[in-house]
Amino acid sequence: MAENPAAEVTTANPVAEAIAALKAQFPDAVVEDNRKGYAGIVVDPEKLVEVATAARDTLGYNYLSSATAVDYLGKGDYFEMVYHTYRVPAGGPPLVIKARTPRDRATLPSVISVWPGADFQEREAYDLMGIRFEGHPNLKRILLWEGFDGHPLRKDWKEAYYEQDQKPFDSRWPQGRVYRAEERNPYGKNVRYPEGFTLDDFTPVGEAPNYDGVDLGINVQEMATPGLKTDRLVVNLGPHHPSTHGVFRMVVTLNGETVEDLQPVMGYLHRNHEKIGERNTFLQNMPFTDRLDYITSMSNNLGYALAVEHLLSLGPRYQPPTYRAEVIRVLMVELTRVVSHMWAIGFLLNDLGAFYTPALYAIAERELILDFFEAVAGSRMMCNYMRFGGVFKDLPERIQGIPLLANDRVRNEATLDYLANIINERLPRAIDELDDYLTHNEIIVTRCQGVGILPPEMAIAYSAAGPVLRASGVPYDVRRAEPYSIYPELDFDVAVRYNGDIYDRYLLRIDEMRQSVRILKQLLPRLRETEGQPIISGSKAYSPRVPEGEAYGRVENPKGELGYYVVSDGGQNPWRYHVRSPSYINLTALGPMAKGHKVADIVAILGSIDIILGEVDR
Amino acid sequence: MTNGDSGLKALHNPDIPVPEELQSTIAITSLDRIYNWCRARSMWPLLFGLACCAIEMIAAAASRYDISRFGMEVMRPSPRQADLMIVSGTVTKKMVVPIVRIYNQMAEPKYVLAMGACASGGGPFKEGYNVVSGIDKYIPVDVYVPGCPPTPQALIHGFLTLQKKIESQSLRTVPWYRSGESTAVPIPLLGPDIIDPRQADLIRRQAVQAATQAATAPSEA
Repeated sequence: MAENPAAEVTTANPVAEAIAALKAQFPDAVVEDNRKGYAGIVVDPEKLVEVATAARDTLGYNYLSSATAVDYLGKGDYFEMVYHTYRVPAGGPPLVIKARTPRDRATLPSVISVWPGADFQEREAYDLMGIRFEGHPNLKRILLWEGFDGHPLRKDWKEAYYEQDQKPFDSRWPQGRVYRAEERNPYGKNVRYPEGFTLDDFTPVGEAPNYDGVDLGINVQEMATPGLKTDRLVVNLGPHHPSTHGVFRMVVTLNGETVEDLQPVMGYLHRNHEKIGERNTFLQNMPFTDRLDYITSMSNNLGYALAVEHLLSLGPRYQPPTYRAEVIRVLMVELTRVVSHMWAIGFLLNDLGAFYTPALYAIAERELILDFFEAVAGSRMMCNYMRFGGVFKDLPERIQGIPLLANDRVRNEATLDYLANIINERLPRAIDELDDYLTHNEIIVTRCQGVGILPPEMAIAYSAAGPVLRASGVPYDVRRAEPYSIYPELDFDVAVRYNGDIYDRYLLRIDEMRQSVRILKQLLPRLRETEGQPIISGSKAYSPRVPEGEAYGRVENPKGELGYYVVSDGGQNPWRYHVRSPSYINLTALGPMAKGHKVADIVAILGSIDIILGEVDR
Repeated sequence: MTNGDSGLKALHNPDIPVPEELQSTIAITSLDRIYNWCRARSMWPLLFGLACCAIEMIAAAASRYDISRFGMEVMRPSPRQADLMIVSGTVTKKMVVPIVRIYNQMAEPKYVLAMGACASGGGPFKEGYNVVSGIDKYIPVDVYVPGCPPTPQALIHGFLTLQKKIESQSLRTVPWYRSGESTAVPIPLLGPDIIDPRQADLIRRQAVQAATQAATAPSEA
C-alpha cells in the first residue's frame, strides 16, 4: 500500500473528484473526514441511501467491498459504519463512506437497496455491534444465536474469560502469578450469564429463528405440471454434513426436488477473530490471520501486513519492505494460490460425487508445496511468515528432511533447485493433467454447464469476489485494479470467463493456476538476483508504534478479495480490526444462484464458490 | 500389537503352547484379546471436520500418509456407523450442541479423539466468547493429539495410541457392557450463553449468590 502506484491507474485523483462531486450535490449531508490518518466522507444517516445511490449511479462506485462498524467508545461515543466502495471493473482506490449513529439508540438505514452485497455484512454489524438497519429484509443474528446476551464487539462488552483490555496480560507476565482462566470462572467453563439470570424462567431458544421467513407451510401443493403433486418441505444440510465443506448449514425449502429458497446458517465456527484481534498487539494478530482461510495462510498474512504497513507509513521513520522481501512474498502468495485452487478443484469433484480420487491427486501436489513452506516457515499450514516491513526469515539454502519410515527418501536438495523443479516441471504437468482428465469429462460438463449461473451485474451487486466474480465475465483482480507489492512489474493476465456457471468457475481456477505458474517463473531469476539482500526493513520491533488512523489493506486471495480494515488510536493494539472475508461475502449470492436448481446441484454450487469456514465465520 | 508381529501369532497366549506348524492357522487366546484386536484394527471414524485440523485429517487420509494402512480409513458420514469421533478443530458454543447430539447418536463402544489445541483446550481462541475451551468439558475424550494443527504423522500417532488403549481394555470392566441403560450426555442449550444441563444446580446457586451480593452491596455503600 505504501508504494501503491494507484496514481498510474488514473492520472487525476478520482476519489477527490468523487468527494467534491458528492459535497456539491449534498452540501448539508456530506462532510469530509478530516481526522488525522482518516479518509473519505461522513454522511448524514438521513441521506445515506441517497448519497450511496449517487455514488453508485453517477460516480460509478458500484461495488461495495466492505461494510463494517467501529465503536468509538470514549472517543466520541458513537458507532461509525464504514463502507468501502470501488469501481468495477475500472479499478482504482476506494471511496470510503461513513455514517454515524449514537451508541444508545444505534440505527442506520440499510444500503441493501443500493448494494445487495451489504446483506450479510449489515447482519453481522447488527449481531456483533447491535446496530439496527432500517429496511433490512432479514435482520437477525448471523454469527451468534438469537437470544445471545449482548453484542460482543462493543468496546464495553466483556467475555467470560476476560482478563484485561489489552495484551500482554499482566497475569501472563513472567513475574506475575500465572493462573488458568477457568479457575476464576465459577462454572469452570467459558460461560457468563447476565445479571439476574435464573434457570427457572428460561426457555431455550431452539431452532425456530432459523426458519423465520422460510415459509414453513408444509402443504401438499400442486406444481405447474398438472396432475403431479409434490410436498413442499424444508431440508437441512449441515452443520454436520459431508457436502458443506465444514460446519456450514443450509436450510433449503424444496418443492419436490427443486430448490425454492436457500438460507445459509453460519457461525458454527465463529472463533471471535475480531474481538481477540482488538486485544492483541498488532504483531500478535499475524498468527491469527493464518487461521482465517487455513489453506492460504501465506496470502492472509500479506493482506494484514499491507494494512498495518499503510498505517506505519503515516508515521515517521517508515521504510517500505525490501525488494527481496517483496519477491519472496509474491512467491509465497502465488504458490498458495495454486494450493488453494488445487484443493478447490479436488473437492468440487468430491461434491460432484467423484469421491476422493481427484482430491488425492490435488493433495499430492499440495504436499510438495507444503514441504517448501515447512522448510521456510517452520509449519506446513500455519506459516505465520510475514512481518511488517518484510518476512520472518530468508529462504533456507537447502531443504532437508529426516526419513521417518524405512522407504522414505532422504530429502536434501538446494531450495532453488527444488523450487525450480516444482515451478517448471511438477505444477505445469499437474495442471495439464487435471485439465486433461476433468475438463471434457462428460459428467462434469453435464452437471456443471449452465448450473448456478451468476450474471455479471448480479455478481457486482452481490459483492462477489475472486473466481466467482471473474467467471461471471468481470475482469476485476485486485492485483491489477489496485496493485500492491511487485505485481505492476510482473507479466500476467487477469483470467476471465463469461458464462458464470460452475463449469466456468472451475475453468477459471485452471486458468488462474496457469497464470500463477507464469508469475512464479518470473520470480525464480529475481530470487537468484536478490540473494543475500535483507528480507526486512527497519528494526524488528515486537510491538511497533503504529500511528493513529485507519487503513484498508486488500489482496487478491485465491477465494477473492481479502481485506483488513484496521483502525489504530496510536496504542499498542488495534482499536478496530475487521476482516472482509471473500468466502463470507460470496455466500450472499448462494441463495439466488441455487434457486430453481435441484438439491444435488446446490452441493456443487457451494463447492464452486469454494468457501472455507474459518474465513466465513471468523 | 507391537510392530513386527503379524497375523495370529501376535494373539498367542504363551501359557498354552501351539505347535509351530499350526501357529499361522490357530490361535489360543482370551476373548478380550481377540475382541480388542479386531476392534482396534477396524476403527470407523466419523467423517466430521470442524476447522483447520480437518484439513490435516484429510491429508492424513490422502496419498502420502494414508491412514488406511492402520485400518482407520473408513470414514462414515453417519454417527450410527462410526465408533471414533475425531474432534478436529475449534469447538464453538454454537457447534457443541450438534456435536453432543452426534456423540449421543454414536453406538457404543465409542471413542473420542481430540485433535489439536482447540479441541483439547480451546487453543489460541480460548478466550473467545463463542469458543468452548476443550471438548472434554462436554464429552469424554480418550486421546488428545497436540499441535496447531497436528501434522498427519501426529494424528496417526494418536490413532496408534488409541489402538493401544483399546487393546488394554477388558470386556468385564468397560462401561458399555454393564447392566442397565447407559446414560446419554445431556445436550447443552443455547440461552444468553451456553447452558450445560449438568450444571443446573451450580447455575442456580450462582444466581442466588449474585442476587444476595447485589442486595447487600448498596447498603454497604
